[in-house]
Amino acid sequence: MRLNYPSSIRIIRVPCTGKVDVLHILRCFERGADGVYVVGCREGDCHYQSGNFRAKKRVEQAQQLLDRIGIGGSRVRMCNLSSSDAPLFVRFAEEMHAAVLGAGPNPVRAALASKRTITDPPAAGLNAGTGPLS
Amino acid sequence: MIVAAKKPIEEIIEQVKGLRSVLVLGCNECVTVCEAGGKKEVGVLASALRMYFLQQGREVNVGEHTLERQCDTEYLEEIRNNIDAYEAVVSLACGVGIQFTAERYPSKPVYPGVNTCFMGAALERGVWAERCQGCGSCILASTGAVCPVTRCAKRLLNGPCGGSTAGKCEISKDVDCAWQLIVDRLKTLGRLEDYETLCPVKDWSTDRAGGPRKVIREDLRS
Amino acid sequence: MSLKTPSKLEKILRAGHLAVTSECGPPRGSDAAHIVHKAELIQRHVDAINITDNQTSVCRLCSLAACIRLKLMGLEPVLQMVVRDRNRIALQSDLLGAASFDIHNVLCLSGDHQRFGDSAQGQNVFDLDSMQLIQTIRRMRDEGKFLGGDAIQRPPQMFVGAAANPFADPFEIRVPRLAKKAAAGAEFVQTQCIYNLAKFETWMEQVRDRGLHEKVFILAGVTPLKSAGMARYMKTKVPGMDVPDEVVKRMAGTPKDKQAEEGITICVESIQRLKEVKGVSGFHVMAIEWEERVPEIVERAGLYPRPAV
Repeated sequence: MRLNYPSSIRIIRVPCTGKVDVLHILRCFERGADGVYVVGCREGDCHYQSGNFRAKKRVEQAQQLLDRIGIGGSRVRMCNLSSSDAPLFVRFAEEMHAAVLGAGPNPVRAALASKRTITDPPAAGLNAGTGPLS
Repeated sequence: MIVAAKKPIEEIIEQVKGLRSVLVLGCNECVTVCEAGGKKEVGVLASALRMYFLQQGREVNVGEHTLERQCDTEYLEEIRNNIDAYEAVVSLACGVGIQFTAERYPSKPVYPGVNTCFMGAALERGVWAERCQGCGSCILASTGAVCPVTRCAKRLLNGPCGGSTAGKCEISKDVDCAWQLIVDRLKTLGRLEDYETLCPVKDWSTDRAGGPRKVIREDLRS
Repeated sequence: MSLKTPSKLEKILRAGHLAVTSECGPPRGSDAAHIVHKAELIQRHVDAINITDNQTSVCRLCSLAACIRLKLMGLEPVLQMVVRDRNRIALQSDLLGAASFDIHNVLCLSGDHQRFGDSAQGQNVFDLDSMQLIQTIRRMRDEGKFLGGDAIQRPPQMFVGAAANPFADPFEIRVPRLAKKAAAGAEFVQTQCIYNLAKFETWMEQVRDRGLHEKVFILAGVTPLKSAGMARYMKTKVPGMDVPDEVVKRMAGTPKDKQAEEGITICVESIQRLKEVKGVSGFHVMAIEWEERVPEIVERAGLYPRPAV
């Protein structure tokens, strides 16, 4: 099954969606991503029992925060599928791609592009700070 | 531990919106355990602030740092050489840490990033409850180690009031009646007869009523 | 019969009469005519009138001023004092104020939590609790001393009362709690409204087993129900209230226009049954915003005329 999905999507692999933190999601937006979706196992099928439920809650937190700072919570989604379900993977990718096109560019990216003076945003990672103290 | 809750980001933005640089300062103690002001929350808040300012077209240097404790002068010294890079600090420590940071750096505005709530413990993940109000004169010995000063909505030392219903307080079905807990505990300990001992009028001068408090240990002073 | 105070309520109780008290809630404004009118409705049918103290935490004209009004009418007020709103300075000060008008009865209460009222965002005080207030007043009266230890010139002469709720939880300490109040110095108690007569009788049995009815006068509280809706409300919404299903059913089974009459009848029947309970020294008729029906209840219950003492 050689299925195509939108080339705009970059996959970051994690051992379990339970590893994904709000901070990871925020860092993506800080670096200019237009959307982030977390694709986990089907609910009830988590190898670690509750990893995908934790991810779901964190996605909700990220949505709320992004709404409140004007980036837009609809740019983040949680999706669940079986690891063998390639067609559904493609469908999610296409839906996300369409959603991001609808939402338009991440305003942070535009700001970053126009303000080259700003130091590079931090690399994704829990412990990476940006201040000179870190 | 001291339990705090994150302030809504709108409130923090309102405090710092005019700044060109701000340091988000976390604390590794209580607020880390209650997930309101540790390193992770510092990262999330700083990231959110950076994005907020960027999309407002503002160039604001948002720094991140987390101290071992903000309620200890030694640890506060750690930022001595860097703090001048920032116009102000948003402290995610409890009210103690926020004030101590401000006392240590008198010319630096320090804003609270959390609402400090109470002294308590985690009942389960994500749920914290108050257990002590620091009245300065502990009566737990006579109440089966359940504190009526903290856990009775009326601080009754000779409770319960007439509002105790099915183990719950009159103010809410979600609040346990402290005196039901005390009676249950005394029963378990086989000391229910202690219930009839009248608790005398309390000296509240060791509580908030006596003004700001200090503990002085001459044997430890240098 | 040795009287401790000039209280008329005390005289009646110590003389062995069944006492009758009632209560009036002060207005949410400064019009004294309101309280005077309420008192006039019931004055010949009761021995003393409680004035509530910002009941349910809703701000009203103060109990002390309303008691003074009654006193000026020649009536016998019972000053209700909750410890929610005043610290020990204010409580003792108000007691002296009441004593200066020769108000001779006081009822010590915790007070409903402020979250129920119009000031849910306010602070509360609870410097003393109701038992400690009882102790404080007894000390002021019997030893002539303030809580702080200084002597009082012309100490207050108050007959000291408390509330008792036989129906609140935990049930196993309801009687010990009365014992505690008696030990603190309460001389009379007025109970929560009684609808569950059987449960009250069980409580009284335990009260008698400990001889508490000989240490403290027990006035059984009754409140006439105005409607089936009120019965349901009291059953489900009022903390520490026990309204049995039979009572709710009896009210609900009565046509709407006759429910008020039925409520009065239930109240009269309750008093008649409770009169037979050993250790009950009188009745506290709390007709909530229904003072005009108190005379009828008292008469039908065979408690009229009131004794002259």
